[in-house]
Amino acid sequence: MADTLGAPSRAATRAAGVLGPVTMVRIAIVAAIVLIWEAAAASGLFYRDVVPSVVAVARALVRVLADASFYWHLSVTMLEIAAALAIGGTAGLVIGIALGGSRLLSKAIEPYLYYLGPTPKIIFFPVLIMLFGIGPGSKVAMGAISCFFPIVLSVAAAMRQIPLVLIRVGQSFRAGPWDMALKVYIPAMRHPIINGFRLGLGIALIGTLLAETKMSNRGIGHLIIQAYALFDMPRMYAMLIILFAFAIGANSLLARAGKADGTMG
Amino acid sequence: MTSRLRIDDGPLPALMGLAGIAALLLLIEGLISVGLLNPFIVPKPSQVIGSFYRVVVEENVLERFVLTIKECLFAVALVTIVGVSIGVLLHRVSLLRQATETWVAAFASAPVVLMYPLFLVMFGRSALTIVMMGFAAGLPPVILKTIEGLSSTRRVLLAVGQSFKLTPRQMFWKIQLPSSLPAIFVGLKLGLIFALINIVGVEFLINFGGLGQLINDLAERYDLPGTYAAISFVVVVSVGFFMIAERAERWLIR
Repeated sequence: MADTLGAPSRAATRAAGVLGPVTMVRIAIVAAIVLIWEAAAASGLFYRDVVPSVVAVARALVRVLADASFYWHLSVTMLEIAAALAIGGTAGLVIGIALGGSRLLSKAIEPYLYYLGPTPKIIFFPVLIMLFGIGPGSKVAMGAISCFFPIVLSVAAAMRQIPLVLIRVGQSFRAGPWDMALKVYIPAMRHPIINGFRLGLGIALIGTLLAETKMSNRGIGHLIIQAYALFDMPRMYAMLIILFAFAIGANSLLARAGKADGTMG
Repeated sequence: MTSRLRIDDGPLPALMGLAGIAALLLLIEGLISVGLLNPFIVPKPSQVIGSFYRVVVEENVLERFVLTIKECLFAVALVTIVGVSIGVLLHRVSLLRQATETWVAAFASAPVVLMYPLFLVMFGRSALTIVMMGFAAGLPPVILKTIEGLSSTRRVLLAVGQSFKLTPRQMFWKIQLPSSLPAIFVGLKLGLIFALINIVGVEFLINFGGLGQLINDLAERYDLPGTYAAISFVVVVSVGFFMIAERAERWLIR
């Protein structure tokens, strides 16, 4: 309610042209970038269309968004990422709980996962193509492997931070391993799990899209590399803008989910 | 309880881990031998181990390794110069920092590697594209950590500087920068890791350069044991690289 009452006054302030200095600086930076870009595009210093004008990119953006086939490719990529996150996330959750629950297992296996985590996963792509073919299967596998590592490590770390009293309460009720996982472990570490999945989503997105750019006939990654191959630069820039908006939007949605859960909890 | 602690803390976990890997490799070897796994998809681990020497000698692995490391060092040198300078600038000009710090943080979590077609267009299929990709990936953590380090200089140190009537320049070089070095090194370590990941990845994707290209080459020749050996080599190099970076960071912060 307060927001509703406050909104007109903020709008009026903006309408009066009173912008904070930070906003002014931001606008100035964006304007400077656009101007430099336009000057570079008009200068003819760069090879044809390497730096297309902002207007050409905006037109391409509208064309891409108005094209029905784009949404089919987008849905393919989104389904691949969702499947990757479901597979890699479930595996990360189960193995993370096992590692976090056992010091012996954690010390035996976790160092390997910790050091394998930051290796560039895309190098496994040739193996995944052999195993799952060049269709969506290899992209899902690429995304699943990519997101598995941050999720398993954050779940294992979170397991070790569960208050002992909660575990003892579960044990005193003679809860089985399944009940302990569903009713004690997962609820107690929901914030780190959400954060792990947030990290995992970003990395699954990168893995899946990189795999699409390397070898695919569908998906947003395929569209980007196709625009590059046809040297349709405005379209490629438009695709990259959409992709970054999609990545940042998905990330902030999960961040909000984490915060909303935090305020309720 | 005591005996459990001893088991957990002794060499047993590490041995268990190694034994687990050995058992997995033996299982794969066995499954391929009895025909349950297709040898044209997954080569025998013994074949992969056997092809290490061939890959190292015939595929000029050392030259490729040096090339990748060179690209990485160039990228990190650029990241250090540009990242620390931007960090210092943003720390000094508070308004600019307020306006752009969230952008830098967003850039840090953005899928920068997906911009490689854009870099290909700008810099061509060359080592410059690879270095610039490493640079773009490694830049945000260095900027953010430099700002963090400079902002967290202890008040007492600044007060000491003021009591000696240091000029702003002397204050920066003799107090603020040295005290922020631990944070800057953490940023550089992160930048180095991000740069390496992206450099190897882009080498593979654009089929140009050092170790990443080797994997792509061998896969395109359908040299399965060679491909697996090259992947294992890159994994070993990456892991070694991270371990060294971590040790160096601990040593520098000490």
